[in-house]
Amino acid sequence: MIFGLRDVMAVIPEAIVAGAACLLLLVDFLIAKKRKIIVAALSIAAVAAAAFFSLYLVGTDVMWKKVFAGMFVVDGFSTFFKFVLYLATVLSMMLSFHYVKEEDINTGEYYTLMLFSLSGMMIAASASDLLSIYVAVELMSIPVYVLVGFLQKDARSNEAAMKYVILGAFSSGVLLYGISFIYGITGTTELSAVAGALADPSMHTPALSIAIIMLVAGFGFKIAGVPFHMWAPDAYEGAPTPITGFMSAGPKAAACAAVLRVFTEGLQPAYSRWVVIVAIVAVLSLVYGNIVAIAQKNIKRMLAYSSIGHVGYALLGLVAGGTEGASSVMYYMAVYAFMNLGAFSIIIMMRKGEQKGEMIEDYTGLAKTRGGMALLMLIFMFSLAGLPPTAGFIGKFYIFMALIHKGMVGLAVIAVLMSAVGAYFYIRIVMLMYMKDPVNPVETASSRGLYYALAIAAAGTILLGVYPGYFIKLAQMAGGSL
Amino acid sequence: MISRTVRRKDMVPITWYIALGSVLFMIGVSGVLLRKNIIIMLMGVELMLNSVNINLAAFSYYLKDLRGQVFAVFTITVAAAEVAVALGILIALVRSRGVFSADKIDTLKG
Repeated sequence: MIFGLRDVMAVIPEAIVAGAACLLLLVDFLIAKKRKIIVAALSIAAVAAAAFFSLYLVGTDVMWKKVFAGMFVVDGFSTFFKFVLYLATVLSMMLSFHYVKEEDINTGEYYTLMLFSLSGMMIAASASDLLSIYVAVELMSIPVYVLVGFLQKDARSNEAAMKYVILGAFSSGVLLYGISFIYGITGTTELSAVAGALADPSMHTPALSIAIIMLVAGFGFKIAGVPFHMWAPDAYEGAPTPITGFMSAGPKAAACAAVLRVFTEGLQPAYSRWVVIVAIVAVLSLVYGNIVAIAQKNIKRMLAYSSIGHVGYALLGLVAGGTEGASSVMYYMAVYAFMNLGAFSIIIMMRKGEQKGEMIEDYTGLAKTRGGMALLMLIFMFSLAGLPPTAGFIGKFYIFMALIHKGMVGLAVIAVLMSAVGAYFYIRIVMLMYMKDPVNPVETASSRGLYYALAIAAAGTILLGVYPGYFIKLAQMAGGSL
Repeated sequence: MISRTVRRKDMVPITWYIALGSVLFMIGVSGVLLRKNIIIMLMGVELMLNSVNINLAAFSYYLKDLRGQVFAVFTITVAAAEVAVALGILIALVRSRGVFSADKIDTLKG
């Protein structure tokens, strides 16, 4: 097998990110501890270069064709997801400038590990073979295990990393077991060939059902869908806050991309076999995530349960299937990256000196002392709750429409009901900020990186809500390539 | 050639390999879910991954297709990386807590 120039061209963005990460590990030695922000700036520059090349590839003949013997494909779908991933990574890096100084974890490896994880996520969005999907998912998860435990002095962080790495490795085992059965049944791991083999109904044996259950369980762990979610609240609470934001926007979106590609491309002929299982996971995630979030006192933990609920919406898009279902998930992931990282920037702003700012009661009366901050938090909370005119509303609406067009009205009704339940705990924070008087004086951090990240997140949340037409069209064009 | 045909006739049936793989997988799963010592839990994960390797190699041989064996090599490599990170985190945890038992690691809950 000889690889040509076209194969190399297709992976230029990934090569830039992975290469920059390796180089920055060396450059890191030359930079004094006080000036690690240079490493961060170079990392952001590398992501920008990768984004430029992803855009450049759009018009060329590298697009749409599988390269590296069917392992990798650059199509509209992967390009759309890659931009969501670039956005999530750059925003998380900007959020980190202040936080790493506050926590005294100001090292170069912090940013380098994020770049490594980004390269894994990008490959996961583009991978079109179960082998490359597996390696990509691991490449994106392993650096995140380390990042979750980055607060070495904090026992919570170590504990979160340990739980995450054990359940992550466990889920990889389950996923691989499913993959090995898919390989045994179809004789291939390349997704379009898997679909070709499964088009023959004699392939639909009980072994295929076992394989599908294992795949749903393995991927379910990666995207934290119920009942495979138990690591998520602990990992989210213990991790450094920018990493919590990063995990919920980046690796989750990339895993959703891999799930979409595996199920709508590879396992499409077996749709009737997996749709019920995926629907069950989706409904359980919606119900459990939204209801348990109400009882939380720690805002990071609350957002962890909220993200479990949001995975439920994304999986409903997968259940709806087709171009509309896929593009609704893609749009939702873009929206989620903006609004969730916005909410996390506010949480990071509250982290200063002795003040952890992680408890929900810390936000009491924020509107009186920090009006602008409270207003931004209100926008993000309304968007997460799915109220118009924010992006969260359009994202949910689009998924519900995809479900209704497929005649799955029952699922749409459950989703609407659960988003009403979800609205309660988001709006509770808004109520605390606006209706109560401040109890303790709050200190807030000021950092240029935080302000830029907040501005981008707020602009995205409003723009995707007020003017969704263009972006929905983009998602539809990109989703059509699946 | 003759020896080759003899070997094919006496070949171990594929179901035996799948059975061995599934038994190992179940032992691995119960090791992760039931045992309290984190090192044993990691060994359970290794068993799960190796049961997958048995499956892949067996399917690869019966399908006369090298893909499965290549996949197994990747699995082994990635598993090594994963365990290296897991042990590193475990060392950090033991330094801060001094315990190996999963029961005692219970600060985070809710």
